[in-house]
Amino acid sequence: MLQVNGLDVHYGQAHVLQGVTLAIGERPLAVIGRNGMGKTTLCQAIMGMVAASGGEIAFGGAQLRGLPPNRVARHGIALVPQGRRTFPSLTVQEHLVLASSGARGSWTIERIYETFPRLAERRRNGGTQLSGGEQQMLAISRALLANPRLVIMDEPSEGLAPVIVDHLVEVLRRLPGEGMGLLLVEQNLGVATDVCEEVAIMVNGRIATRMPSAELLADEVAQRRFLGVSSGGHH
Amino acid sequence: MSERTGAVRTGLAARGVRSAWVLPASLALLAVLLVLPAVIPPFFTANILGRAIVFGIIAMSMTFLATYGGFVSLAQMMVAGIAGYTVAVLVPGAVPSIVGGVPYAVAIPLGLLAATAMGLLVGAIAVRTQGIYLLMITLALAVGVHLFIQTNIAWFNGYEGIRNVVGPEILGLPFRNTYVFYYTALVVAAVLYAMVLYVVRTPFGLALQGIRDNVRRVNALGYHAALHRIAAFGIAGFIAGWGGLLATFYNIGISPGTIGLGATVNILVMAVIGGLGHPIGAFIGALIFVVFDTFAADLYDRDRFNTLIGAIFLAIVLVSPDGVLGIARRLGRLLQRRPAAQPAEAPR
Repeated sequence: MLQVNGLDVHYGQAHVLQGVTLAIGERPLAVIGRNGMGKTTLCQAIMGMVAASGGEIAFGGAQLRGLPPNRVARHGIALVPQGRRTFPSLTVQEHLVLASSGARGSWTIERIYETFPRLAERRRNGGTQLSGGEQQMLAISRALLANPRLVIMDEPSEGLAPVIVDHLVEVLRRLPGEGMGLLLVEQNLGVATDVCEEVAIMVNGRIATRMPSAELLADEVAQRRFLGVSSGGHH
Repeated sequence: MSERTGAVRTGLAARGVRSAWVLPASLALLAVLLVLPAVIPPFFTANILGRAIVFGIIAMSMTFLATYGGFVSLAQMMVAGIAGYTVAVLVPGAVPSIVGGVPYAVAIPLGLLAATAMGLLVGAIAVRTQGIYLLMITLALAVGVHLFIQTNIAWFNGYEGIRNVVGPEILGLPFRNTYVFYYTALVVAAVLYAMVLYVVRTPFGLALQGIRDNVRRVNALGYHAALHRIAAFGIAGFIAGWGGLLATFYNIGISPGTIGLGATVNILVMAVIGGLGHPIGAFIGALIFVVFDTFAADLYDRDRFNTLIGAIFLAIVLVSPDGVLGIARRLGRLLQRRPAAQPAEAPR
């Protein structure tokens, strides 16, 4: 579905993405790694929000590199950004109207409210009056309503209470059944491996390795090496 | 208290008022304005209310851009003048006759078209700028067009302007009839006001408000933010154009002075006094402005009008950065004793 080849991004002198190569098919893929490894930059480069200095982004036969974000979105990619970035001046309902305008598919505003009843209760509340979990549900809904072929989520579990994270995982696990691709960027190993059967590990702007989730979960040495953590806690 | 501050914002970033009582209150106000001429002298109907409505329309074009797009455009009076001049140049009976002979029924749509086009042009030129730079570019455009018109004799009769633009006859009555003027202005204002309230709820209007909050995010949702901004300036141009037409008919002509720097600043003062939070603020500001403009001579001294309105402007802005609307909103909140923005209590 999405094929990223040798993608380079520079921030001034800093070479942030160093030839990232990554293929995503029908099955969801998690990208994990420590802070500052280039995960968010990868999301933004695919979306066209930062300029890539080299490489290719092929999506369903189209070449996306160099396209502005609105064109990338029209090709069927939606991003749930890190930090949610809901609109302070729009209500929940208005976010959904804005996001669903012009899109057709299985996700409708009614279905969003069924999936996230909490948003239905808060439909008249402004984007800043929501709790962190509600904002995240709204940010995810905003992406789903575009009925994209691929959703990119940048650390959706960040800053959420465990019970909300569980709900999030449940929702994310249902997406592949919809024919919707998922690229999940996470620092939370539990979330990444619960949702995706395969993980790619990012180190210093490169994809260091790619392995089945079960394998990474069993390999504490790899966890410590790539993430600085193990399932036993901080190293 | 502290968790409320995030939701309670002031100034340009203030989220539009969208309480349930906006529509009933607007309709009640309209009803009052419909019957008021029966009980007040014609002078008040035309020179206070009528003029306030006309200025309010132009100020509302500025408020629309500022409230929902976050763009403070100083070009709105100039854009209004484009509509006025277009009609003045075209219609029969104008002195001097420049093109002449084009009936009002044709000239008025052409005037609105010209103002919309000028609005789009201003938007296209200013599309990449924000804040102080947007202010400077729109000011430069306003002053530039003003000076061009003032020095161009062939098309605009220069400093003298164009006189005897009497306006169309409505139901067989001349436009200069107090009630014809007043009710025409009122209907136009009500329709444009309703249009603004409608537009800001459409996906286009929501995208515009999203652009004010976060341009990148709106782009990432698949919207072309720049085109939306330009279109918003076009809509504002259309609104201002109506104001320019009504002002030209009210003044029975148009001269460069009516679209100069002073007039531009007046529109800004009206919009800010009223409050950049809701389109009704433009009309409140215009009414306050017109009342002082009319009675300053009796109260104080005609020549000191600017001092007086300047002092009022300062007083209102110091007390309430979001104008009279902001004062009203705070009073309403005090009376209700119910926080307008309930903090989220949900588990995180």
